[in-house]
Amino acid sequence: MKVLIPGISGTLGQQLATRLVELGHVVEGIDSRPWPGAPNGVTVHLVDLRKRATEDVFRRLRPDAVVHMATVNHLAERGEERHRINLGGTRAVFEHCKAWGVAHCVFVGRHTYYGASPESPLYHSEDEPPMGLSTFPELADLVASDLYAGSALWRLPELTTTVLRFCYTLGPTGHGTLATFIRGGMVPAVLGFDPLFQFMHESDVVLALVTALEKRPRGVFNVAGPQPIPLSILARETGRRLMPIPEPILGRMLGHFGLPKLSPGALAHIKYAIVVDSSAFRRATGFTHLVDEAQAMFEYRQAFPHPSRRSHGGDR
Amino acid sequence: MAKPHPDTSVTSEVRARVEALDLPFNRYGTDAFGVSRPHLRQVLRTSGWFYRHYFRVRAHGLTNVPNRGRAMLVGNHSGGVALDAGMVITSLMLDHDPPRLAHGMIEKFIANVPFASKWASRCGQFTGLPEHALRLLEAERLLLVFPEGANGTAKLFPQRHALVKFGTGFMRLALQTRSPIVPLAFLGGGDAIPTVHNAYGLGKLFGVPYLPITPYGVPVPLPVRLDVLYGAPMLFEGDGSEDDEIIAEQVERMKKRIAELMDLGTAFRRGELRARELADLLTETRS
Repeated sequence: MKVLIPGISGTLGQQLATRLVELGHVVEGIDSRPWPGAPNGVTVHLVDLRKRATEDVFRRLRPDAVVHMATVNHLAERGEERHRINLGGTRAVFEHCKAWGVAHCVFVGRHTYYGASPESPLYHSEDEPPMGLSTFPELADLVASDLYAGSALWRLPELTTTVLRFCYTLGPTGHGTLATFIRGGMVPAVLGFDPLFQFMHESDVVLALVTALEKRPRGVFNVAGPQPIPLSILARETGRRLMPIPEPILGRMLGHFGLPKLSPGALAHIKYAIVVDSSAFRRATGFTHLVDEAQAMFEYRQAFPHPSRRSHGGDR
Repeated sequence: MAKPHPDTSVTSEVRARVEALDLPFNRYGTDAFGVSRPHLRQVLRTSGWFYRHYFRVRAHGLTNVPNRGRAMLVGNHSGGVALDAGMVITSLMLDHDPPRLAHGMIEKFIANVPFASKWASRCGQFTGLPEHALRLLEAERLLLVFPEGANGTAKLFPQRHALVKFGTGFMRLALQTRSPIVPLAFLGGGDAIPTVHNAYGLGKLFGVPYLPITPYGVPVPLPVRLDVLYGAPMLFEGDGSEDDEIIAEQVERMKKRIAELMDLGTAFRRGELRARELADLLTETRS
């Protein structure tokens, strides 16, 4: 199978590409960032997804499947540019899929689509609307990209579209929003709240994507791994210290005193749980995660020990 | 049958009971809904002391609560705060064999209250959303529902033995999930917290819908003996898509059964009925 991966140079993109090559597929990627050390057989096209050169890649390769991973969140890119990347890029991917007869397109989305709110159910199913936009407008372009990708299900009936809403990832590369959030020695928390966090090991993300490419399920699916655990346990098991602070003070402290920088809307994400029901994806594809929550946290802890212990030869 | 109350420390008992709870806990002692063994232990140590030594709660008809599998406990509200739910949950954890965790459906505002939100969810008490109820029943859990809702807890002292209007959502859910309903009557809550007035304005200041005012001011419960009666499970016919009139009729039957149980409990509390007689009446099978 010929697979094209927009966003290939990201951590997960690289892992997916490497795995697909191992499985004997032809893999090419599009990214504005280079991938030095890309394995033999992987071609990375250094072009902007929204530019004409992208179409040339589609025309030349004629991919059987596209895995669209080239979306960014508010931590990576700010303001208008992020909107352009997420919406413009997603639109370009689907238009090229249509024009060049791609059989299957996988959109890699996020479970934060559902938003964090005190009134939302503990487990989200795919038919729920996004509820977090009023309090967390930075998510708007990602939510819009997700819905736009989903609209391909009726707009482009000849294309099999799979929209995947992944929970957080955690693993030795330290990739992802959650891994970045707990990177420091102290994990900020809202005093009196201890929401469940749902994460899966990055190798299971790759496995889920490979499974989706093989089974080609049509529709929108949540993807998750092991059962969620409270933030307090996540902090403890990754060797961090939880720092519960009253909400009004925490809002002012973020970005200072060694605490990660979060936008005000993101506070809801450490106050309320976003947990998804991934049973539909499991039923449709037979996907089973291989790494449990303990192993994922252990591997993260090994790779990113508590900063104060790092200088003493790692975490013991 | 009412259980005797051994005068021993509840700590070791609580530990054994939480340990015996048949839920899929992971290595950290939490389940897929975030229910946590350590939190349950801590809360039950306090609620168990109130259950055994302060209110000296008598639980009757415990064998009517299924040992495993989905079921819905449906009862009357009694007492201006969540005293009834707390004691029902404690009775099933301490006095039911095997122990079972009843998941209450709590008011929405609690999810926004620091600490209350965390402790409620760690103890399996979730916001009263249909999605939660459905998911818990499908996971073969025990659901605790008070169809009178907030109007039920707001009952004043003179209305403490009355039932206010029942919501109907629980009945559709029970039919949809083929869940048996165990009717329950809770008695004494209105005497423990004799509410003479509900201060809605004051409640707003504290972020709650209202604050019950008692003759002595604050809603601190008096050490009044409480009784909880579990009736035989009822299985209703249907799939949940029935017309409102049919559902209303079934809800009315349910409400009538709870009122009967409340009458039995009142008779027992007045000494008109002996414990053995009450137990026999509760184990009678009903359709």
